[in-house]
Amino acid sequence: MEELLSVKYDIESGDFIRGGEASSNLKKLLNQLGIRSDIIKRICVACYEAEMNIVIHSVGGYIEAKIYSDHIEIIAYDYGPGIPNIELAMQEGYSTASDIAREMGFGGGMGLPNIKRSSDEFYIKSEVGKYTEIKIIIYFN
Amino acid sequence: MKLSEIKELIKAEVLCNEEMLSMETTCAFGSDLMSDVLAFSCRDTILITGLTNIQTIRTAEMLDIKCIIFVRNKRPDESIVELAKEKGMCLLATRHTMFTTCGILYSNGLKGVDME
Ligand SMILES: Nc1ncnc2c1ncn2[C@@H]1O[C@H](COP(=O)(O)OP(=O)(O)OP(=O)(O)O)[C@@H](O)[C@H]1O
Ligand SMILES: [Mg+2]
Repeated sequence: MEELLSVKYDIESGDFIRGGEASSNLKKLLNQLGIRSDIIKRICVACYEAEMNIVIHSVGGYIEAKIYSDHIEIIAYDYGPGIPNIELAMQEGYSTASDIAREMGFGGGMGLPNIKRSSDEFYIKSEVGKYTEIKIIIYFN
Repeated sequence: MKLSEIKELIKAEVLCNEEMLSMETTCAFGSDLMSDVLAFSCRDTILITGLTNIQTIRTAEMLDIKCIIFVRNKRPDESIVELAKEKGMCLLATRHTMFTTCGILYSNGLKGVDME
């Protein structure tokens, strides 16, 4: 399958002002490409949750979106600290978010399950002290 | 229910995009937790919240939420209102608390988001 377009956004740790800009830019792009609005919503919710997880829980990373004719693949990668217990992190309500993140309205422990629910395919890999990588695939119809 | 009716019922002030008051809405979600808004929000919903930071606007943007009602007389900063304006959202502010705001709107026919 031919890749039509690919974009990459760097995400900074702790930046609650700019956090969400990558997902916002991706949304603009998908609108320009004429993707169905209900599909865009699923993509952007998943992307935004992944982006804010990098802002809140990691030392920083990036989001890369590869757009194909019939689907989008999003990679959310960060450089640590990693997730010690992925099964636990995937449970609704589990959160280690800081007080600052909670003041901003996050820390419900709903993000990862919501990313999974919003995606057609969802993969998560992590190594403590090294990285966390989430891969999301969503089809356009 | 039209946004203009909502504005009257809760005696709200319009912070931006007043021309959107003729828009219709059928359902609302009330929360100060964006985690829950992102997880439970439905089609064509409006958001009722006491949280006025920039991530409230980002959350609404991702979900195509066209109207946010700020309760307890909370006002977002000017830069945040600007962002909402640019994103085509109507912002309302009311003196009522969350419970009272929801109660008034519910008793006048606005529905909540149904959980499946
Ligand atoms: N990129 C990451 N790096 C390190 N830990 C992470 C990362 N993403 C998630 N986690 C861990 O998994 C937990 C659950 O993540 P999830 O996104 O479900 O909830 P949350 O971010 O804490 O709250 P919410 O997403 O509801 O605002 C986090 O609290 C954190 O401990
Ligand atoms: Mg999260």
